[in-house]
Amino acid sequence: MKELPTVQADGGSSDSGPPRAPQVASVKLMATLAVAGAVAGLLIVLVFQWADPQIQAHRAAALRAALLEVLSGPASYRSLYVSPAGLSMTPPAGVDTVTAEKVYIGYDDAGDVVGYAVTGGEPGFQDIIQLIFGYDAGQGRLLGMMVLESKETPGLGDKIFKDLDFVAEFQGVTAPIKGVKLGAGTGADNEVDMITGATISSRTVIDIINHRLEALGSALEEHVPEPPPPPSASSAEEPPAGDEGEERS
Amino acid sequence: MRETTPREDLLRGIWKENPVLVQLLGLCPALAVTNTVPNSIAMGLATFFVLLGSSFLVSLMKNWIPAEVRISAYILIIATFVTIADFVLAAVVPVIHKELGAFIALIVVNCMILGRQEAFASKRPVGRALLDAAGTGAGFMIALLMMGTFREILGNGSVMGYSLFGDNFEPWIVMILPPGGFFTLGFILLSFGWWKDRQAETSHVRQWPHGVASGEEAL
Repeated sequence: MKELPTVQADGGSSDSGPPRAPQVASVKLMATLAVAGAVAGLLIVLVFQWADPQIQAHRAAALRAALLEVLSGPASYRSLYVSPAGLSMTPPAGVDTVTAEKVYIGYDDAGDVVGYAVTGGEPGFQDIIQLIFGYDAGQGRLLGMMVLESKETPGLGDKIFKDLDFVAEFQGVTAPIKGVKLGAGTGADNEVDMITGATISSRTVIDIINHRLEALGSALEEHVPEPPPPPSASSAEEPPAGDEGEERS
Repeated sequence: MRETTPREDLLRGIWKENPVLVQLLGLCPALAVTNTVPNSIAMGLATFFVLLGSSFLVSLMKNWIPAEVRISAYILIIATFVTIADFVLAAVVPVIHKELGAFIALIVVNCMILGRQEAFASKRPVGRALLDAAGTGAGFMIALLMMGTFREILGNGSVMGYSLFGDNFEPWIVMILPPGGFFTLGFILLSFGWWKDRQAETSHVRQWPHGVASGEEAL
């Protein structure tokens, strides 16, 4: 610390100097940081331009794997667009297919609806938690939950996806879910034990699911399912071409 | 401060003043993400890249960065490179990126990197700063690899995912859990200290002063 190329010739800090000097200095200080910030921003944007398509492709692949997981391996699935009028297979007018809000409907081998996969995200303890869950609208039950993205504290908050007991609790739980402290449950169908030491993270997971089901309202219950897609067009094993772009979350 | 040769600048960080094993800097990633060899390599490479890039820029711009805002400027430079490393890892190796999670972003606060800027890169020519960064980064990577190999072998019975011992090996799960990081670091530091003592006893000629780091470079 003592060999800095400092310009403080008086030996005092810049605060105690004459009022004139710091003003000149502060302009320079701000200019330095502003220029550095601008250059840094430019660099980051350039790298992001290159990396973003690949990151999106990985994300789409992960989302596809996750929705198969939370619907317990459906034979096929479709994307449905969410609009105030309900769910439809065609995007509402004037909405970009990439950014449109979507849910996914899964079918079993016989062509019956298994359930809906819904994504959602809300701020957790560190950053936004993104998750997907499967929902059986007829019975009002969850089929499963999987965290897609989170930066929760390693060792504590990350138990929302590393603690398999916690993840397994979302299979078969009825909505709206009620989070209870470990051991305080009454055995009701809608209770999920929260993780000790990760209350905020586990509370957020439960909130995301409840809020998403609330926001979708009765759209899922009222939705009249279309027949499953023909096997060649959109089977689970072989997603249609151009799906990468469409499946962005 | 004593003048150093380029060779010393490069080699110092690798062994004599290894950031993790001797200076005990950057322990957070060293403990947290060294549970497997691939994670150690990814974290080592990302940190190496950030350190090299930051030292280069800091040394290049040392005359334009006013002393009053130098720490902010260093952090800004470091954070830029960390963000770039974050994007590149997410695009190229998404699985490892997910595994490392928040620790990539936390490279920003790795005191080893800021330490090299403040202690070395901000006072030396670009070439020397690059040598020092390469040496320190390599030393960090070596330390992480040592820990990662040790922990993966004992905790998972494998190296780079290749099983070593067959089915009869019962993995020491604790070694890939957080406590295993502390056990491993303690064991390695113990061996390192023992080895250094042996060296000091047997060798009368020493190239560098013994100790953690020369006074003005210790933060």
